[in-house]
Amino acid sequence: MRLSETTDSLAGAPPLETLNYLTDGTTVMSWVNTRDHKRVGVMFLAAVLVAFFLGGLFALTLRMKLLQPGPFLMDALSYNRLFTLHGVVMIFLFLIPAIPGAFGNFMVPLMIGARDVAFPRLNLASFYLYLLGAAIAIWGMVHGGADTGWTFYTPYSSTTPTQVLPILLGVFVLGFSSILTGLNFIVTVHTLRAPGLNWMRMPLFVWGIYGTSIIQVLATPVLGITVLIVAVERFAGFGMFDPARGGDPVLYQHMFWFYSHPAVYIMVLPAMGVISETVCTFSRKNPFGYRAIALSSLGIAFVGFFTWGHHLFVAGQSTFDAGAFGLLSMLVGIFTAIKVFNWVGTMYRGAIKFTTPFAYICGFLYFIVFGGMTGIALATTSLDIHWHDTYFVVAHFHFIMVGASVMAFLAALHYWFPKMFGKTYSEGWGLVAAALIILGFNATFVPQFLLGNYGMPRRYYQYPDHFQALNVASTAGSTLLGFGFLIILIYLVIALRWGARCTQNPWGSKGFEWLSASPPPTHNFDEIPTITQMPHDYRTHEPPGVIRVS
Amino acid sequence: MNDFLRRMLFLPEQASTFARDLDRLHFFVILTTFVMSFLVGTTAILFFVRFRRRSETQTTPHIEPPMWLEALFVTIPLSFFLLWFFVGFNEFVRQQTPPADAMDVYVMGKKWMWKFAYPDGPNAINVLRVPAGRNVRLLMTSRDVIHSFYVPEFRIKKDVLPGRYTDQWFNAVAPGRFQILCAEYCGAGHSVMRGEVIVMKPEEYETWLALQKRGALASRQDGSPTEIEGTPALGNLVEQGKRVAAEKGCLKCHSIDGTRHIGPTWLDLYHRRERLTTGAFIDADEAYLTRSMMDPAAEIVDGYQPVMPGYEGKLTAPETSALVEYIKSLQSDAVRTGPSEGPSYAPLRNN
Repeated sequence: MRLSETTDSLAGAPPLETLNYLTDGTTVMSWVNTRDHKRVGVMFLAAVLVAFFLGGLFALTLRMKLLQPGPFLMDALSYNRLFTLHGVVMIFLFLIPAIPGAFGNFMVPLMIGARDVAFPRLNLASFYLYLLGAAIAIWGMVHGGADTGWTFYTPYSSTTPTQVLPILLGVFVLGFSSILTGLNFIVTVHTLRAPGLNWMRMPLFVWGIYGTSIIQVLATPVLGITVLIVAVERFAGFGMFDPARGGDPVLYQHMFWFYSHPAVYIMVLPAMGVISETVCTFSRKNPFGYRAIALSSLGIAFVGFFTWGHHLFVAGQSTFDAGAFGLLSMLVGIFTAIKVFNWVGTMYRGAIKFTTPFAYICGFLYFIVFGGMTGIALATTSLDIHWHDTYFVVAHFHFIMVGASVMAFLAALHYWFPKMFGKTYSEGWGLVAAALIILGFNATFVPQFLLGNYGMPRRYYQYPDHFQALNVASTAGSTLLGFGFLIILIYLVIALRWGARCTQNPWGSKGFEWLSASPPPTHNFDEIPTITQMPHDYRTHEPPGVIRVS
Repeated sequence: MNDFLRRMLFLPEQASTFARDLDRLHFFVILTTFVMSFLVGTTAILFFVRFRRRSETQTTPHIEPPMWLEALFVTIPLSFFLLWFFVGFNEFVRQQTPPADAMDVYVMGKKWMWKFAYPDGPNAINVLRVPAGRNVRLLMTSRDVIHSFYVPEFRIKKDVLPGRYTDQWFNAVAPGRFQILCAEYCGAGHSVMRGEVIVMKPEEYETWLALQKRGALASRQDGSPTEIEGTPALGNLVEQGKRVAAEKGCLKCHSIDGTRHIGPTWLDLYHRRERLTTGAFIDADEAYLTRSMMDPAAEIVDGYQPVMPGYEGKLTAPETSALVEYIKSLQSDAVRTGPSEGPSYAPLRNN
C-alpha cells in the first residue's frame, strides 16, 4: 500500500537552495508579523529560555543564601521577594508555556500533516499576550516586587505592603495567552488532521498537547477570576477572602488550587508527550500500549481536576473532604504509572541507541517514578501532616517540574534541534551536560527530601542550625546543575552558528514530524501527506531520511 | 530497625503517640517507592543492554501488550496506593479527632509569635508547657494572616487561620523541649516565628500551674520557670531585663550581638544617634527606648519595617525599666568610661 508521491519527493535532504521557514524572509518585520506556527514556536522558545535563565539565576542566589542559617547575603524581605520571583517566573513564564508554546506550536501541525494551526493570527496574538504579561510581571518585580510566594495566599497577599498588583495583572494576562494557545490546539487537532490520520493514529505528543489544551481552556479562567478578586480585594477592600471583612481565606486556596493543581498537568502532560515520541525514536520501536498512553493523557486531564483538595489537608478543610481528595489523588497516580510501564515496555525488543535525548529520557523515567510516588505519598493524608509545607514538598515538586518537565524539555530541545534549525550539536558535550544535570539534580533535591523529613519548613530565610549540613549539600548540587545548563547554552549557540548541516532525518525516526524537510519550508508540505499507518512503525527498514508511510 | 530507618531518613525524634505509627507507614511507603524506582530503573537498564542498536538499518517487530499486562500495570500500583491510603486515612482520622478527655490550651498566632492561654488563667508567649502523657487539645486562631503550628518531633501540623478556630491534639510521651515552627509563609519574620513546647513531668506541671494560679506571679505574662529548671530568683534590674526580653519575645527580632535582624540590634543602642524613616535624627535615650516599646510605629529607624507590635499595657512599669536597664548594659566597650587617652584600639568584646 503506497501512500503518496509526496513522501518520495521529500526523500533525501532537500537541496540547500530551497527556502525554508528560517530563510523565507529575514527582516525583523517578517518575524514580528509572522503567522507561521514554526516562527511563533521559535519565538516562544527564545522567550521561555530567557525566562528559564532568569528563574535559574534567582534559584542559585536563593541557594547561596541558604548556605548560612543566619542572615547572610541579603535581608529577609529580599529573600522573600526572590523566591516569589523564582516561582512566578519559572511557573508562569517558563513551565506553562515552554513545551506547548515552543515545541507544540512547531510540531503539532507538522505531526498532523497541516500547513499551520487553525488560527494563525490568534497564535501570534497569544505570543504577544505572553510578552505583555511577562513585561507587566517583570516591571512589577523591578518596581518593588511582591513577597507573597507564587501562591499568593490570602490574607497575606491582600495585606502585604509590597507591590502585588502588577504581578497579579501579569499572571492574569499570561492566563489569556495560555487559554488562546490551548484553544488553538484543540481546534487544530479536531479540524486539520491529514487524510487517514484518525484519532488512534495520532502521534502521542499530539495526544499530550491535546490533553493539556483541554486543561488550559477549562482551568485557566478560574485562575484569572481568582487573581482578579485578590486584586480587587487589595485596591477596593472587597473582602471576599479577608475574614476581617467577612471573607474566607480558605476559599482562596480552593479556587487557587482548582487551577494550580491541574496546572501541574499543564506542565507535565506535554513533557510526557515528548517522552512518548523520543523513547520510540531512540528505541526504534512502536509505542508499547499506544492506546493506554494516549487515553491516560485524557484520564490525567480529567481526574486532575478533582484532586486540588490534597493541598489543603492541614488548612482546615473537613476530614471527609481530605479523604475524598486523597482517594482521587491515588487515581491520577495510576494514569502516570500506566505511562511509565508502557515507556519501559517500548524499549523491549527495540534497537536502543544511547544519545543525549535518550540520557534525558532515562533521567525523566527515574525522576517521574520517584517524584510521582513521593507525590502519592504526600496525598496519603496522614503522612502529609508532617511533610506539608516542608522541603519534602519542595523536593517532590521539583522532581516533577525539573526532574520530569525540564528533562523532557531538554530531550525535546536536543531531539528537535536538527528539525527546527537543520544543524547538529556536539554529541559529546551533550552527554557531558546531561550527566552533570542529572547528577547535579539529584545532589540538589535528594537532600531537600531529607530536610523535609527532618522538619525544615519551606520559605525559611533563617533556619535552625541543625539543618545546615543538608542545605550546604543542596547548594553544592545546585551549582553542578547550573554548570550543566551553562554548557548546553554554549554548545547550542555554537551549533546554531557553526554547526554542521544535518540530514533531513538524522535520527532515522518514523515520527510524522519528519515527513517534512528539516528545517521545513514555510508551507510545510508541497502536498498534504496521506497517513496510512501508526507513527513509529519500524517493521520495515528505510535508509535514514526516508519515511515510507505505507 | 525503627531507629535505624528513622536516622537514615533524618526523621526527628518520636516524641508523641502519633509519631511511631506514622513513621511505620512512612518507612513502608518510602521503601516501596525505592523498590518501584529500582525495578523500573533496572528493567530499563536490562532492556538497554539486551536490546542495544546493532546497526543503523535495524528493524524491530511491532508489539502490542496483551490486555492482562495492561491490567497488571493498573492493579499492582493501584493496590499499593489504596493500601497506603487506607492505612494513612485511618491514622489521619485519629489525628483529627481529639479525645473527649483532652485538656485545652488556646493558641493565638500573630506576626511573628505564638501566644498560649490556659483555661485556668496563666498565659505565655512562645513557650507552651504541657504535661507528659496527657491528651492536649490546641484551639488555635490567628490575629492577622495564616500561620501553621508545626512541631516536627510530634509529627503534628495545622494551619492557624484568622477568623476561625482550628484544633489539633497530641499526647507527648516523655518530658523534653521541642521547637515550634511556623510552616505557613507569613512574611518577613516567618522563619523566626519559633516557639518551644516544654513537656514536663505531670507533677511538675501541676506545681507550675498551681504557682501560676495562686497569682504569686500574676503580674507576669509568661509563667516563670519552675524551681526544678533551676532558674534563679529575681536578680538585679539588668538580669530581670534579660529574662523579660526572652519571655516577651523581644529577642526574636532584636539581636544583642550587633547583627542586623528584623529590628535594630540592642548592642550599643543606648545613646546611639539613629536616623529615622522621616530623615530626622534621634538620640536613643531612655525616653526613646520606652516610646519605642509602647508605640513602635511612631519613630521607625531608617531601613526597618514597621512590624513591631506595641507593648502598651503588656509590659508592667518594672518590666519596662528592667528592659531599658538591660539595653543600657549592652555596650561593646562596657568597661571604658570617660574620654579615651592616647591611641585607642578597637576593644575586644569579652564573652
